[in-house]
Amino acid sequence: MGLTQLAFYVFAAVAVGSGVLVILARNPVHSVLWLILAFFSSAGLMVLLGAEFIAMLLVIVYVGAVAVLFLFVVMMLDVDFAELKRGLADYLPVGALVGLVLLVELSLVLGHWALAGAAPESREAVFAIEEGVANTPALGAILYDKYLYMFQAAGLILLVAMIGAIVLTLRHRPNVKRQDVLTQIYRGRDVELKDVEPGQGV
Amino acid sequence: MNSDFALVVPEILMAAGAMLLLMVGAYGGEERQRNLITWASAGLMALVAAIVATRGGAEATAFGGAFVDDGFARFTKVLILTSSALMLVIGKEYLERRGILRFEYPILIVLATLGMMMMVSSGGLIALYMGLELQSLSLYVVAAFNRDSARSTEAGLKYFVLGALSSGMLLYGASLVYGYSGSTSFSAIAEVIADDGVSLGLTFGLVFICAGLAFKISAVPFHMWTPDVYEGAPTPVTAFFATAPKVAAGALFARALYDGFGNAVADWQQILVFISIASMFLGSIAAIGQSNLKRLLAYSSIGHMGFALVGLAAGTQAGAESLLTYLVIYVIMNIGTFAFILSMERDGKPVVQISDLAGLAETRPAQALALGVLMFSLAGIPPMVGFFAKFFVFKAAVDAGLAPLAVAGAVASVIGAYYYLNIVRVMYLSQAERPLEIRTNLIGQGALGLSALVMAAGWLPIFDGFGLPEMAAAAAQSLLR
Amino acid sequence: MAFFDTSLGIFIIILAQCLAVTVAILVSLAFLLYMDRKVWAAVQMRRGPNVVGPWGLLQSFADFLKFVLKEIVIPAGADKAVFLIAPLLTFVLACIAWVVIPFADGWVISDLNVGVLYIFAISSLGVYGIIMGGWASNSKYPFLGGLRSAAQMVSYEVSIGLIIIGVLISTGSLNLSEIVRAQDGAYGLFSWYWLPHLPMVVLFFVSALAETNRPPFDLPEAESELVAGYQVEYSSTPYLLFMIGEYMNIVLMCALLSILFFGGWLSPIPGLPDGVLWMVVKIVFFFFLFAMVKAIVPRYRYDQLMRLGWKVFLPMSLGWVVIAAILARLDVIGYARFAAGG
Repeated sequence: MGLTQLAFYVFAAVAVGSGVLVILARNPVHSVLWLILAFFSSAGLMVLLGAEFIAMLLVIVYVGAVAVLFLFVVMMLDVDFAELKRGLADYLPVGALVGLVLLVELSLVLGHWALAGAAPESREAVFAIEEGVANTPALGAILYDKYLYMFQAAGLILLVAMIGAIVLTLRHRPNVKRQDVLTQIYRGRDVELKDVEPGQGV
Repeated sequence: MNSDFALVVPEILMAAGAMLLLMVGAYGGEERQRNLITWASAGLMALVAAIVATRGGAEATAFGGAFVDDGFARFTKVLILTSSALMLVIGKEYLERRGILRFEYPILIVLATLGMMMMVSSGGLIALYMGLELQSLSLYVVAAFNRDSARSTEAGLKYFVLGALSSGMLLYGASLVYGYSGSTSFSAIAEVIADDGVSLGLTFGLVFICAGLAFKISAVPFHMWTPDVYEGAPTPVTAFFATAPKVAAGALFARALYDGFGNAVADWQQILVFISIASMFLGSIAAIGQSNLKRLLAYSSIGHMGFALVGLAAGTQAGAESLLTYLVIYVIMNIGTFAFILSMERDGKPVVQISDLAGLAETRPAQALALGVLMFSLAGIPPMVGFFAKFFVFKAAVDAGLAPLAVAGAVASVIGAYYYLNIVRVMYLSQAERPLEIRTNLIGQGALGLSALVMAAGWLPIFDGFGLPEMAAAAAQSLLR
Repeated sequence: MAFFDTSLGIFIIILAQCLAVTVAILVSLAFLLYMDRKVWAAVQMRRGPNVVGPWGLLQSFADFLKFVLKEIVIPAGADKAVFLIAPLLTFVLACIAWVVIPFADGWVISDLNVGVLYIFAISSLGVYGIIMGGWASNSKYPFLGGLRSAAQMVSYEVSIGLIIIGVLISTGSLNLSEIVRAQDGAYGLFSWYWLPHLPMVVLFFVSALAETNRPPFDLPEAESELVAGYQVEYSSTPYLLFMIGEYMNIVLMCALLSILFFGGWLSPIPGLPDGVLWMVVKIVFFFFLFAMVKAIVPRYRYDQLMRLGWKVFLPMSLGWVVIAAILARLDVIGYARFAAGG
């Protein structure tokens, strides 16, 4: 067993284990911390796959930004999770039954599922990546060239999200004194600097 | 690449215009700018509509097939743009008087409309989802636009949660379709189906996509959000919801099914038959008990979407043609109806109860007449134009061998006629304790009168349907390859 | 030699390299700390540490022994596991960021293609040590300190990321060694990136101060408001780990500043040989600047800090990305080494 395989099993085991602990942890803050560990191990798996760019983005975006906000909210909120979970026992049998039925149904049809003959090749064809190109430039070339339209559309969607958040929450309160930094630091000609000797005064 | 950009000039104009207006609004001082921005937004949409309408040419694709520009897309885009612009202008005064018109409103409408344009032009699943999400996200926000009203906030939240769920279903379906066909572009999916037939995985994906799209056009059994959102959202927003987004979602439905799954009509026909029958009946029956006009129109829209889907279920060119015709007529009827509802007032406060209409025939005979004509048309009573809309979809269904569907539709339409005619009864036969005030403004009354006129007289040989059947036929032709 | 080609051999080599780098950094950190205190003392006209060893040079080692030998106090209400993991995390993260830092041409443990992103990812993780420590202490001041530092680090990370993008546009690579090599030119220090990207150098320096919770942005541990912020409940070795981690991050930022804008191991004067010495000199110089800022500049108020980050730095760095991209596209010298094929 090479180091790579060893690393894979370690990362995979940690990812799965911490994923389970996210839902089992009693303390919500611990849940978030386990979630972060799960993200981090998934990033490790990405590195092993050779997708280092995606791995770093996963850490920067999800661990570095999204999960911090999660942690923020969970730490500030006083949510009694025991209270939330109290109804669990009542719903568990029904939920489990539905899940079981779905599982049986899915496994019944699973045997009949077939990929279209050309599916693997046509999937490959979309990402015809030259040998020897690192995956950051390759990703950039696809994102900003082939999928430019979708990329810009995604930008517009984020713009709408931003407008929406501002429209629905921003309130301009009148009668509130606001700091105007520019006028505070601005000094006109009427202010002059004087060198005052100690003990003399102006 | 340059020809790609040339093809999406209308979309670029919309996006750039929205951002420019956003800058004007953000830096220009809101009080003075919102009138300007509202008119500029409407003007922008009208301008883009004109550009799209005057464009000709054969079908062309851009960005590797993600964007399709054909007769179908142009036809629906013009319809979407004009109805959005009209609804913006008609609803402006209402919002202004209630103090909830902020400059972001027209900008969000422009962005939602842009999303709709991208939807009807989508050539693949990714573009479809992007357009849909742009539209939906804007709509969630405008639904909650009156943020100080609990009902409006509730409407926005409900719409958002359920919409996110339906987007999830759509995405799940899309990922299945991609996995089993190997491509996200409609033409490639159609090729795979032509070669290998529809595998079980593809059917699963198709069902989920249909469920997601049915939510967006509020068809049964994914209609639950509609009445609450229609009632809770500010009336101009409701009016907007009832027009352009319905057209876009209906057209998107046609685009996905005809372009991507055109070779598998049998697989989705039964889904659509069920959805349309259920929608027609639920829309007709549940509306009977309603006392709130906005709620009633929500159920009416559910029913009408059922009728429109009858045409789609046919799976033929005539079916697509009748769907387009239906959508056009439906939009015109709704513009008129909502223009009237927006003008309803008592003591300076908006009212939306059906009982408020009592005695309208005496106090405001002209408006009562126009609304009566629209109600007759919505009910589909000949010789109003609304009848021809239904007639075309039923005919397409019968020609495609779906006679039982057409019969069911006819029965549902008779049931539905009850509540439309009930409104006419209240207007003409009931006595009012206190008459309703109608706030007249030129644009709203003009829209009401014009749409009533079109509905009443559009079938006359001298108008010849304003050339609508021919245009719809050409558009449907380009959809079917 | 065959042994060192097996996976175990490679593993041992990497381990040895890591150890070498860590030890070297920790030892130099002891003297940098001494320098920090001396500079600070000099500005305040004091003498600073001067008792342990000649000129007080061994002061840091004495402090180290003191910290290690003291009792570890854990508050009764604290979340014990998280409380102890937090300083460890800070320290470990501060250490592992160094694997991609090239000290000289080829002197790097892991020559990652996405080195810049790696540094960025690790430094974005750094916030967890502080926020975990603040929360686990189960006490008001540490909690407030933790919240402050989380918000502050997240805010300034955004502008740091955008500032780096400008350099990346000029280089066309995310590899830190490549970035340094791209600055190798005929004009010595004038072919480095500080000249074309001058406004961003200032922004990066200030953001680095905020990112490492250094004065004037040391609000998470502002002693006049929060006693010592997230470190209030910490003592002995855990506190030591926090402090070492913090200083390692500062030195890391100095290293990053010299790599991104000041040519890393390159010699400033054409003709003089390049080498690790230049890198060390640059790091020490920037550390001196950090120490001077700490001594001279008064602390920011928290809302001013946020305003600076979001309303001043973010638009400026975003604008610079656009400007740098345009200049690089137009093949302007200094901005477009990558486009010119250099």
